[in-house]
Amino acid sequence: MAAGVATWLPFARAAAVGWLPLAKKTMPRPPVDKKSRSDEILFVNVSGQRFQTWKNTLDRYPDTLLGSSEKEFFYNEDTQEYFFDRDPEMFRHILNFYRTGKLHYPRHECIQAFDEELAFYGIIPEIIGDCCMEEYRDRKKENQERLAEDNEAGEGGDAPLPPNSTSREKLWRAFENPHTSTMALVFYYVTGFFIAVSVIANVVETVPCRPIIGTVKDLPCGMKYSLAFFCMDTACVLIFTFEYLMRLFAAPSRCMFARSVMSVIDVVAIMPYYIGLVMPENEDVSGAFVTLRVFRVFRIFKFSRHSAGLRILGYTLKSCASELGFLLFSLTMAIIIFATVMFYAEKGTKGTTFTSIPASFWYTIVTMTTLGYGDMVPNTIAGKIFGSICSLSGVLVIALPVPVIVSNFSRIYHQNQRADKMRAQQKVRLARIRLAKKGCTNAFLQYKDDGGLQDHDSGSTALCVKNRSAFEHQHNHLLHCLEKTTNHEFTDELTYSEVCMTESLGYRTSRSTSLSSHHGSSTTCCPRRAKRRPIRLANSTVSVSRGSMQELDTLHVQKTTVVPQSRSSLNARTEDLKLNCDDRDFTAAIISIPTPPANTPDESLPTSPAFPGILRNSRSTTFNPDTVKISSL
Amino acid sequence: MKAKDRDQSLSDSRELDGSYDPLTDSIEDDFELSTVCHRPEGLDKLQEQSKFTKKELQVLYRGFKNECPSGVVNEETFKLIYSQFFPQGDSSTYAHFLFEAFDTNKNGSVSFEDFVAGLNIILRGSINDRLNWAFNLYDLNKDGCITKEEMLDIMKSIYDMMGNYTYPCMQDDAPREHVENFFQKMDRNKDGVVTIDEFIESCQKDENIMQSMQLFENVI
Repeated sequence: MAAGVATWLPFARAAAVGWLPLAKKTMPRPPVDKKSRSDEILFVNVSGQRFQTWKNTLDRYPDTLLGSSEKEFFYNEDTQEYFFDRDPEMFRHILNFYRTGKLHYPRHECIQAFDEELAFYGIIPEIIGDCCMEEYRDRKKENQERLAEDNEAGEGGDAPLPPNSTSREKLWRAFENPHTSTMALVFYYVTGFFIAVSVIANVVETVPCRPIIGTVKDLPCGMKYSLAFFCMDTACVLIFTFEYLMRLFAAPSRCMFARSVMSVIDVVAIMPYYIGLVMPENEDVSGAFVTLRVFRVFRIFKFSRHSAGLRILGYTLKSCASELGFLLFSLTMAIIIFATVMFYAEKGTKGTTFTSIPASFWYTIVTMTTLGYGDMVPNTIAGKIFGSICSLSGVLVIALPVPVIVSNFSRIYHQNQRADKMRAQQKVRLARIRLAKKGCTNAFLQYKDDGGLQDHDSGSTALCVKNRSAFEHQHNHLLHCLEKTTNHEFTDELTYSEVCMTESLGYRTSRSTSLSSHHGSSTTCCPRRAKRRPIRLANSTVSVSRGSMQELDTLHVQKTTVVPQSRSSLNARTEDLKLNCDDRDFTAAIISIPTPPANTPDESLPTSPAFPGILRNSRSTTFNPDTVKISSL
Repeated sequence: MKAKDRDQSLSDSRELDGSYDPLTDSIEDDFELSTVCHRPEGLDKLQEQSKFTKKELQVLYRGFKNECPSGVVNEETFKLIYSQFFPQGDSSTYAHFLFEAFDTNKNGSVSFEDFVAGLNIILRGSINDRLNWAFNLYDLNKDGCITKEEMLDIMKSIYDMMGNYTYPCMQDDAPREHVENFFQKMDRNKDGVVTIDEFIESCQKDENIMQSMQLFENVI
């Protein structure tokens, strides 16, 4: 339980007024808080470090906590000082702001902690001085990005689907996150394999094979084994079509899916095949048909679903669009300038290759990228001079935007790696949080077991209960009120699953076994806990002489109410209670099953559905610990 | 600092650090402005308006301020705080109803004054006051009477707080049955709604409820 919310406990307890009129039972008495609330307050004492300053200094900024009357809430008359339970290191900076009028951001502090301190003292971050403002804003931006990513990673597709999702949702999920089910994984690898096969086939079919016997010319393999290649192509296209249609069916928003990049790539990859099927073997259109086959190479982009690195690359290019645009623009400018110059420089030469300005573009590009094929070379002196200027400037113009692109790529790549690491650690974190929550519940059940829920008369409570803090008492009392309102009790997972199982199996068995305890045997409804049972039973056999449910209530009650009939036996029992306090793990689970009330042990066993009803009816008489206390023995 | 001054200084600082880029004509609002800081009335005034002592108010405020430095609680924080007391179940719906009950001026946030006002009624008010407040909590649409649907919502939210692992196993119709019980007790003229008078009358006649009022001793 966070310490901060301890101060909210009074509010939570007050909110219980909403349960009052609805409760089926009387609410229990609240715990008495004997300790008075004495506060130790020192003068502008921030967590022990004392600061002193003039009042005028603080009054300079009347819209902050320290400058307004709000600080009176933190004043302690006894010690005549203001006490703040905050970080003294940070307070130093806050106080300096009042003194010098400039707020500085300490670079070694966490940006969020600093923000929280500022919010607490009522200072807006915009007043940070120029010297520290940039650092502050950079760090804040970085932090926000990281938090946004973490949120995305947290909500990522690894969370299990809600149980009642349609098959369509399940299918979509299988497509988007292949590692969620084995079928999806298999499909993922199969499609990957076929993409590879298809691309390799496209490549291989243009390689020249040995000519068919009887001819001289080399044929491309595609022609020689045209049937085999056609079959392979058909198979691949069938798989791709099937995959595309499945995705289209499963997509939550079909319009959006149809417009997405991957879907366009899919369509473009399979279109040529179908168009080829439809089109007749016509000489005129076969030229166009050949061009269409080029689009088959787009199948290689389908790999981007399979490779995160490829996606990162695409994403980087997209995010560096402005830099790339600048690069393109400046290159175009330079090309046009130099091409024009070279054309006019070489115009006079006979047999020159610089026939027009567009023809010079090729020379300029080849020179600026330092390729230098040598198919076009200037011959005049002017041409050579300008040619060298061209190649020197080319290096500069291209080198400038490249580092920006590289750094973008590096940042995105590392972010992606961090996201993967986050996902892996998330599971551990969730498990630990779940454990902590269970710990809280177990604490309450343990408290019940230790007898914390009844009146704390002097001497009647076990030491381990007394040593609990006031906060724990009050919080447990609150939970007890909720139990009384709804007439159900808190249990833990183990007990719950067992009780529900025994209910469904048949009530008779569990009851008879638990009742047999009155013979002093150690069988219970939970055989593996039998070891612990005898310890308790030995102490209560006296009361378990009657064969009625009342005894087991008493049995239960004696463990919780801790008030047997006489003071002397009370003293004897403190041993037992100490025992209770020691074995933490089992007892909470065992004792919190109150045996259901009925008047005879063996007959008239209620059936499972009627169980709650009977409970309710007879609760008022048998289960109320107060009345049982009186009626036992 | 009044809002105007704050904006003024903000625009100054923006021009200073050049976040205003004339070329692209956009102000880089990297992060939103710091949240509005609400300050409660003075300690003396609050002491007059409520029956708490100075020390009690001080303690209350410190806790309040710690959890909500901006001085107001919004619904999310409210639900978060409340859920920390009930780790097993889901207390968000009940917390929502509570929030609506505390937020008397319906502005989506609970300030310290609202908070103290609510607690004043519950912890220091008369029994009638408390019952009134409870009625106000149940009456979700604030029309002066509680219908079965409203009560069912409230009941479900309370049962949700118990969570899954209860003894006996929580049946699905437990809230509904509880509501039927409630209406049987409270609805005198059997017209299907419970008005404030019926509510208070029935509660005053109910021994259990009267005795349970002891719940609020020693809370603060």
